[in-house]
Amino acid sequence: MAAKTLTINGQLISAEEDQTVLAAARDAGIEIPTLCHLEGLPDVGACRLCLVEIVGWPRLVPACVTKVAEGMEVYTDTERLRKYRRAILELIFAERNHVCSVCVSNGNCELQNLAMKLGMDHVRFEYRHPNLDVDVSHRLFGMDHNRCILCTRCVRVCWYVECAGTKNVAGRGVNSRIITDMNQPWAEAETCTNCGKCVQGCPTGALFYKGATVAEMERDRSKLEFIVTAREKKQWLV
Amino acid sequence: MSFLDMDEWLVELQQRADVVYGPFVDTKEYPQDVDLVLIEGAVCNSDHVELLHTLRSRTKVVVAFGDCAVTGNVPAMRNALGGAAPVLQRAYIELADTNPQIPRAEGVVPPLLERVVPVHAVIPVEHFLPGCPPDAGKIKAFLTMLLEGQPVQLSPQEIKFG
Repeated sequence: MAAKTLTINGQLISAEEDQTVLAAARDAGIEIPTLCHLEGLPDVGACRLCLVEIVGWPRLVPACVTKVAEGMEVYTDTERLRKYRRAILELIFAERNHVCSVCVSNGNCELQNLAMKLGMDHVRFEYRHPNLDVDVSHRLFGMDHNRCILCTRCVRVCWYVECAGTKNVAGRGVNSRIITDMNQPWAEAETCTNCGKCVQGCPTGALFYKGATVAEMERDRSKLEFIVTAREKKQWLV
Repeated sequence: MSFLDMDEWLVELQQRADVVYGPFVDTKEYPQDVDLVLIEGAVCNSDHVELLHTLRSRTKVVVAFGDCAVTGNVPAMRNALGGAAPVLQRAYIELADTNPQIPRAEGVVPPLLERVVPVHAVIPVEHFLPGCPPDAGKIKAFLTMLLEGQPVQLSPQEIKFG
């Protein structure tokens, strides 16, 4: 496979031609924040946190869905990007009810960790405090829409890894919701195989094992990696 | 309680600062010319708003202290019910075991705000110290920076919500 040469933050990098900027950066040890990317799932650019600047391009682009190109000059951590990322993060916190102190994922949450990392000590926007449901109809799992950031990892893992196609997104804008089957209670979704991959993929406390209380929800991503590696490399590595 | 967890350092603090107002002080009126105030809790009723304006006008450095003051946190969860009236209805009528009635005492019980908001939604705030609660080590590190006149720079761990 042909290689492409580009620079990221001034560092000369050689990447495979079909790699995304995000993958190339990670291979080179350059961290770009993201909440919707998960290894093994197709990327959709949902969270916008991986926005990067590319010299000569008129606008910012999400690194997870932008392919590398020869001679590309990428910047991942400029003043402008930090400003936008902080604003995006604050908008995510303001959109639904992320009450860390009473959340199942407190201490194990990618959203909470990113807020710490990006220096978000408060939210400048007005909190919306929408009245949202918690679906605990399923025998094993719960879905708390208050904590959902619509990253769609659960949808993609359900469609592309488990291939059940139970989860989906309904509605538009602030009315968007993750649904199961035809917007039924989870317990009534006939296509659900009860595999729990969606729960393993969730970055926040939106999907959880029933019985987990505050700060108890820990995820084991290695189970997803195991399946993805098996499929892509035909290797069953534990 | 987390503040009291600073244990023996409180003695040192007390030698460098006078505690002039708060739950441990008997003063009813917020004094003039205060250097620093740590505000706990979300803004829930009209008394809170009034006190915030008073202390802002009499204080140099205002700190939103803990998740409730910084984000609204648990007290703000009532906002999802949609306003003060439905909250009172839910708490005092629908969930009452006996004698359902909404408490009213003009001038004694302050009316609830329609929406619970964080402190910085009402007055300008100089510093934010999240945490539920911010633990003693974090408070100590933060107060030390202020006492030493150093710029306040908090590490990722020190601005953790929850």
